[in-house]
Amino acid sequence: MSFFGFSFKPRRATSAQTAKDRLQVLLAHERRGGSTAPDYLSHLQSEIVEVIRKYVEVDDEGVDIRMEKGQDVSCLEINIELPCGATAVRGTQS
Amino acid sequence: MTTQLMEEPPLGRVIVITSGKGGVGKTTSAAAISAGLAQRGYKTVVIDFDVGLRNLDMTMGCERRVVFDFINVIQGDARLKQALIRDKRIETLSILPTSQTRDKDALTKEGVETVLNELKEDFDYIICDSPAGIERGAQMAMYFADEAVVVTNPEVSSVRDSDRVLGLLSSQTKRAETEGADPIKAQVLLTRHDRGRIDSGEMMTVEDVLEILAVPLLGIVPESQAVLRASNVGTPVVLDGPSGAATAYEDAVARLIGEEVQMRVLADRRPGLFQRLLGRTA
Repeated sequence: MSFFGFSFKPRRATSAQTAKDRLQVLLAHERRGGSTAPDYLSHLQSEIVEVIRKYVEVDDEGVDIRMEKGQDVSCLEINIELPCGATAVRGTQS
Repeated sequence: MTTQLMEEPPLGRVIVITSGKGGVGKTTSAAAISAGLAQRGYKTVVIDFDVGLRNLDMTMGCERRVVFDFINVIQGDARLKQALIRDKRIETLSILPTSQTRDKDALTKEGVETVLNELKEDFDYIICDSPAGIERGAQMAMYFADEAVVVTNPEVSSVRDSDRVLGLLSSQTKRAETEGADPIKAQVLLTRHDRGRIDSGEMMTVEDVLEILAVPLLGIVPESQAVLRASNVGTPVVLDGPSGAATAYEDAVARLIGEEVQMRVLADRRPGLFQRLLGRTA
């Protein structure tokens, strides 16, 4: 409530401001990405796994992809579990 | 592989949150109910069936962490475990977001069934957040359900649409089509309940709505400022501090798992005059 334009309201992050911030980050990604954005990730994953398989045997279950979208940068995190004593694939096919 | 004899198998119960009409609070309810179940220790997953217009991720506050989605899993582009997002607040809660870019045709009956069956092996409760309407997305969300929560506002078009949805639940679902199967257990969740307007005769009473729909009542959620605030910050309303709505959802969750809880409607605590003068809203 304000009296003559003067407000006692403390200046702090309101939930409405949080809502706006979240939408801005999300929509920036969605607009930039267009309609094809999410699809490259599964290709990226399978190609990365393919490359690694040239050297060591990895299980499909041992691949974990996470994404954290931020205001300016996004972070793509790919964890690949190498089984202990992973056997090197003999002779890399060139 | 060792089998753990001590561990009980998960309940694997599929509950659809549906309504027909849009904007009555399906996603809010799906988020609150799944968080409430998970809070009680049940392994719970909530699935967004609104292909092309995903919003459950925002309500749950995990929109920045979506990599793969429900449709990727159905189409074999990703495994279920990769698409599930673990909630950061409650360990037993997971979210399966939907695709923002595909259309409803991507939901196939076989695909949905396969995913649900896989989830049943790990989860006690599988909450299906239905899109509005009665088209493919809504049909797929309800088809495999064991129970239904029909979210209804005390308002004519919402009640009418709920009645239509109740008809579909008892005819166009797997339980309805399977001979000898128990019908889907459907219950009404009344949202945006406004004591003041009911008292002044402007709004249908709970009894009025139940008399028309003739199904049991799961709960009464009061109109509450807490709902908008929780959605602003991406938190299910039951996890966003005490409010009339949070209590109502907690009661509804208790009834959902079979506890007997008396019906009550708690209004939000009104701020005192001094607080209002200062314009402080908690």
